[in-house]
Amino acid sequence: MTDKNIAYLRTTEAPTLPPPSTEVGLRGWLWKNIFASMADYSSTGKAINSILMTILTVGSALFLYWLIAGILDFSIFSATFSDPEGQKREACVVNAGACWPYVQAKWYQFMYGFYPKEEVWRVNVSMFLLAVGTAWLVFPMPRRGLVAGLMLTAFPIISFVLLNGMPVEDDGDLSHIFAGVWFPLIIAGVTGAGWWLAKDGRLGEVAAAMAPILLMVTALFGLFAFLPLITAGLDIALGTTVVETNQWGGLTITLVVAIAGIVASLPLGMLLALGRQSDAPIIKYTSVIFIEVVRGIPLISVLFFASAMLPYFLAPGVDFNKLLRAMIGVMLFSSAYMAEVIRGGLQAMPKGQYEGGMSLGLSFWQQMRLIIMPQALTTVIPGIVNTFIGLFKDTTLVLIISIFDLLGMMNATLTDPTWATPTTAYTGYLVIAFIYFVFCFGMSRYSVYMENKLNRGHR
Amino acid sequence: MSELLTETAPRGGMTVSDQVAIEINDMNKWYGSFHVLRDIDLTVYEGERIVICGPSGSGKSTLIRCINALEEHQAGSITVDGTKLTSDLKNIDKIRSEVGMCFQHFNLFPHLTILENCTLAPIWVRKTPKKEAIETAMHYLEKVKIPDQANKYPGQLSGGQQQRVAIARSLCMKPRIMLFDEPTSALDPEMIKEVLDTMIELAEEGMTMLCVTHEMGFARQVANRVIFMADGQIVEQNEPEEFFNNPQSERTQQFLSQILGH
Repeated sequence: MTDKNIAYLRTTEAPTLPPPSTEVGLRGWLWKNIFASMADYSSTGKAINSILMTILTVGSALFLYWLIAGILDFSIFSATFSDPEGQKREACVVNAGACWPYVQAKWYQFMYGFYPKEEVWRVNVSMFLLAVGTAWLVFPMPRRGLVAGLMLTAFPIISFVLLNGMPVEDDGDLSHIFAGVWFPLIIAGVTGAGWWLAKDGRLGEVAAAMAPILLMVTALFGLFAFLPLITAGLDIALGTTVVETNQWGGLTITLVVAIAGIVASLPLGMLLALGRQSDAPIIKYTSVIFIEVVRGIPLISVLFFASAMLPYFLAPGVDFNKLLRAMIGVMLFSSAYMAEVIRGGLQAMPKGQYEGGMSLGLSFWQQMRLIIMPQALTTVIPGIVNTFIGLFKDTTLVLIISIFDLLGMMNATLTDPTWATPTTAYTGYLVIAFIYFVFCFGMSRYSVYMENKLNRGHR
Repeated sequence: MSELLTETAPRGGMTVSDQVAIEINDMNKWYGSFHVLRDIDLTVYEGERIVICGPSGSGKSTLIRCINALEEHQAGSITVDGTKLTSDLKNIDKIRSEVGMCFQHFNLFPHLTILENCTLAPIWVRKTPKKEAIETAMHYLEKVKIPDQANKYPGQLSGGQQQRVAIARSLCMKPRIMLFDEPTSALDPEMIKEVLDTMIELAEEGMTMLCVTHEMGFARQVANRVIFMADGQIVEQNEPEEFFNNPQSERTQQFLSQILGH
């Protein structure tokens, strides 16, 4: 071969040709995704494959038709939509489909439980605040730090006052409120001293790690102690009456319990995950034992313990509200799961990230806050949201200690004989499933959005 | 060894003071039962540029990582700028904020922009006002010739650029000593030069530098002392000319023939 034969120089551009019809448009899509797999009969093996594919495709299509047609038939074509004469069950029993007037009649209970009708604006206002605050935080809005701060401090207090009203007897005697202030003040003093000793390594790393935990506990106690004071003030201003938590119910309870769990599980989970990786044996084994014990028992037993057994362990006269106990149970439960999810993220961090931070002189907590946690949490967003979704649905277990959440409330309405029809229960479950789905799917989509947003640019 | 030290003379306009920057006495380190560093004695003077070389596993990285307490030593003493390195966190933080370090894999923070990488430590450790920290960061980014990348993320930069950012990030803390742990080993050949140029520039400004590297050209040009380590010990140290042309120990000769042979 001579050089002449090898040498080649293109002098004109190769033309771009239009794509074949199997590649673009509706026809292309249908071909690629549905028909291509059934159209190859060039050999016996491929023919069998194609025939099996055809059977599978037709079978799936029939199944989908059966499912969708069934749902549509039940919820629309055979359904009862109105009950103009107020016949209740008689209006629905004539049709084989859903009984929508029942949902309409019980909607209030689905949403609010037995919350007094004339006070329901209070629930609506706090849910409105919640919706606005959440929307503000989940989308790129200005001043999110401030809003987050308000949602974590002011919002729980405001919504507690709104939902519950004044929690102490208004007998004009405020001495017990002030007595409650001393205890947290002492803890705050001790913690403050501990914090001062711990910073700059005065007491070594153990104390430095303990200090924020103590501070959080103090803050929590402080909140509980000052709550009556603040709420009393707000209550006098608003002039609301007390609505006991046993009157709350429905979606309100579901949201209250789920949000408490979601909000508490993230920071507690982070601390537990870090604790489990700690070099200090006390911190490490406390975290490990807590996580393993909580993960090892079902939520139902945690709730049972919180509602039935806890009062026996507490000093006489000390009484936590049942809902509060359930909420604390859910918080602790979910934080153990969250801890393991976050630990997964921490383990995915290369050692170099810690060393990079260390070599610049950042303290342990600065490394965690500025370098490790932002990356570790981003890595495990799917796992975190998975836990959130699981938690949201698990809140329905509070039914076991006679707190009526969304599902529990719906179940309770089924006992109403005036609405007893063969389809009432199915209608109710369909509605409840749909409501749960909206919330869970929303969280799922948000996690996808966050992943895309956080991964942009640096992966 | 002390005779070698007194022979060490300033080179090429770069001055070495008689102020001690790092003093390592009789330092020993074990990984479990494995004795990684044995009887290390080393005095580094301010303005000195030391290149540490040796076969892999000889403990050279471990040695410089001990200097800013990324690794703990079990016996002997390390004194950096008059501060003795103990388990006291206060001393460790003080030393780390005065000793800059560049790693083989850069260890930039991928979730922060280049500028944020550079301002993070000054703002949180030195409590520098944000505006001032940004000015300082831009100054050093200009020095390493990548100010136009300030708002990109590390993942968008080439390896050489990332290493230069890592150098700038360390410099933003205004360190008195810089440690380099094989800064060019993870780079493509064509990017090694840009990083070495940055390091040479730094050396010319009189920065005290300890550099673990296999770049013998860099050692010849910049170092005023080359240390050869093997099996966790300092086997030989000398001026580069002497070290390369007239190595004393057999181990050194063997090593040099290996790396210069090809």
